[in-house]
Amino acid sequence: MDKTYFSIDHLSVGYNKQVLIRDICVDIKKGEIVTLIGPNGAGKSTILKSITRQLSLLGGKVMFDEQNLLEMSFREMSQKMAVVLTERMKPELMTCADIVATGRYPYTGRLGVLTPEDEAKVDAALAAVNASDLAGRDFNAISDGQRQRILLARAICQEPEMIILDEPTSFLDVRYKLELLSILTRMAKEKDITIIMTLHEIDLAQKVSDKIVCVHGETIYAYGTPAEIFEEERIKNLYNIDNGFYDPVFGSIELAKVEAEPDVFVISGAGSGIPVFRALRKENKAFIAGILHTNDIDYELARLLAAEVVTEAPFEPIGDAAIAQAKAAIDRCSEVIVCDFPVGQMNQRIKELIDYANEQGKNNAHTLFSQ
Amino acid sequence: MEQKQTVQPNGGIHSFHQENIRRKSRFAIVFILLAIAFCVIVVININSGNVHIPISQIAKIIFTHSGAEKDINIIWQIRLPRILMAAILGGGLATSGFLLQTFFENPIAGPFVLGISSGAKMVVALVMIFGLLHGLVMNSWTYIIAAFIGSLMSTGFILLVARRIRNMAALLVAGIMIGYICNAITDFVVTFADDSDIVNLRGWSLGSFSGMSWANVWISLGVIGVTFVLTMLCAKPIHAYQMGEAYAQSMGVNIKFFRVVLILLSSILSATVTAFAGPISFVGIAVPFLAKAFLGSSKPLVVLPANFLVGAVFCMLCDLIARLAFAPVELNISTVTSIFGAPIVIYILISRRRGRNG
Repeated sequence: MDKTYFSIDHLSVGYNKQVLIRDICVDIKKGEIVTLIGPNGAGKSTILKSITRQLSLLGGKVMFDEQNLLEMSFREMSQKMAVVLTERMKPELMTCADIVATGRYPYTGRLGVLTPEDEAKVDAALAAVNASDLAGRDFNAISDGQRQRILLARAICQEPEMIILDEPTSFLDVRYKLELLSILTRMAKEKDITIIMTLHEIDLAQKVSDKIVCVHGETIYAYGTPAEIFEEERIKNLYNIDNGFYDPVFGSIELAKVEAEPDVFVISGAGSGIPVFRALRKENKAFIAGILHTNDIDYELARLLAAEVVTEAPFEPIGDAAIAQAKAAIDRCSEVIVCDFPVGQMNQRIKELIDYANEQGKNNAHTLFSQ
Repeated sequence: MEQKQTVQPNGGIHSFHQENIRRKSRFAIVFILLAIAFCVIVVININSGNVHIPISQIAKIIFTHSGAEKDINIIWQIRLPRILMAAILGGGLATSGFLLQTFFENPIAGPFVLGISSGAKMVVALVMIFGLLHGLVMNSWTYIIAAFIGSLMSTGFILLVARRIRNMAALLVAGIMIGYICNAITDFVVTFADDSDIVNLRGWSLGSFSGMSWANVWISLGVIGVTFVLTMLCAKPIHAYQMGEAYAQSMGVNIKFFRVVLILLSSILSATVTAFAGPISFVGIAVPFLAKAFLGSSKPLVVLPANFLVGAVFCMLCDLIARLAFAPVELNISTVTSIFGAPIVIYILISRRRGRNG
């Protein structure tokens, strides 16, 4: 089971004999989900087009189930590999079921006549993507999300060992994105189908993939498990992000902190600060957050969005140093926002801070939350 | 929106198998109606002309070969070959149009609008005149090969353009332009070559089914018949090709090879038609559109034969009108096919645009 199933060995890819990316080495096991991520134009689709043989390989080799990809006939390949592409299909007078039925093509005879078994498999594939109700509808008259599901059903109907998808989640709303990816993970884990795809949503890539390939520059920038790949710095470099942050813990993307003298102090904890931080960021207001334990969930976001964070070590009661630092910060601010959060033994002394703000008449929470 | 889908007719109610059975009965009805139309139009066609011959007489002439010498000649030497030719060439032209539409992924591609017929016409005219000047006797095969070369030349040019522009209208403009160029060259050559046979050439270069011999019928039946059978054997990859090249390849089609096959098949068909009847407009676009609309399907396995039948009926009908509308003056076949074909093309253009916006 641990054997390499699809091996990309020092592959060079590109258009018109011009190498775009070289020395790609990726070993994929059966049933794994491998996602290619990277900025626009990095060559993710070029790699997919090369391993599906739409583009000729410009060096290196690809071994597919112990067979050289280039030595396989197109028919052999079609029984092992199905694709979902970005190019727009505009078929005439074809229902969704007809589109799915084209997945049976590698198995039908000379004239392509479908047997009742083929027809049953079409129904089953439609059911697998929850699209049975679309069967009789014209493929050109359905939404992008539905179309993507039908194309996936088509790929499933082809009974491949591997499915290759180029940006399957583009144009889809959140619900369809999640649905599509959960179908893919089910296919991979239950049917042992290997999946290679490109995704723009790095947060989703992190959550569904077994392996991540970062495509950036002349060669692949990084390759490994999501845990290895998703580090803040690596993602920042991969996409050249200088206007925001990627948070590897939540897999979320945040805007960069406001570069200004902070004028608001936020007292929060246990997640109560998150909507406030985001609201302030949206208002383009710089702020200071505190006093937060560095294991508090608020801390993870404050770190990215707040101009300063007054912290305390995990599971330690708030100490004098932190209190002094926080009070000094409040002095510099004209406004203090106190969020609604539980106060227990460890953050007992936060009350001192709230009292301090009240004394100064800076507790202004209502102005923000009256909306 | 989700609720609406569930009440769609057939949506999820029937299985795909049941749906296909329902379709097959529709296909059967369409084919039966087409066969009837074919027979009816053949009878009407044979029965009409400048010389009136009663139907009973016609049946006798065809089946027993007996009757007045003059009538036998009219039926056997003029009307029958002409109508068979219209049927065979009409079917061939429609098939050629369907193949080109598949190839260019464009519903208004066809041998005439893409200038392929004009290219064929030009080379045939050049060969004819060359033959006249040197006193060479040309047979049908020479013309077919000349037309084939001309078709390939035009197609090659269109391919160069299509590679750069994937725009439906631009492709059409390129085709019309190459058509004009070829026609200009043809006219130029015809004007300067002065011979009585040029009269023939003129008639032919405008498109006509008149003056067909049995030899013509057998040759065109052979060429178009074989090509059509080969096309039918390609029904499966053609179906894959309709999904776009990338998908077709992922379905196991060798795209590079198959592209050449498609172009060769469509060129042979349109070349044969042009060699015998000259360029005939719009049949290649209008007929596949009608055939698909009748069947409610674009599946080549059923569309190809239906398309052939519709093309045959369409051309026989147009030929009938060409002969009778202003008898004894005969119209060019293209005049008639344009009147029916061009509005259909305009309709396709409009409905496409609406579809894209909606």
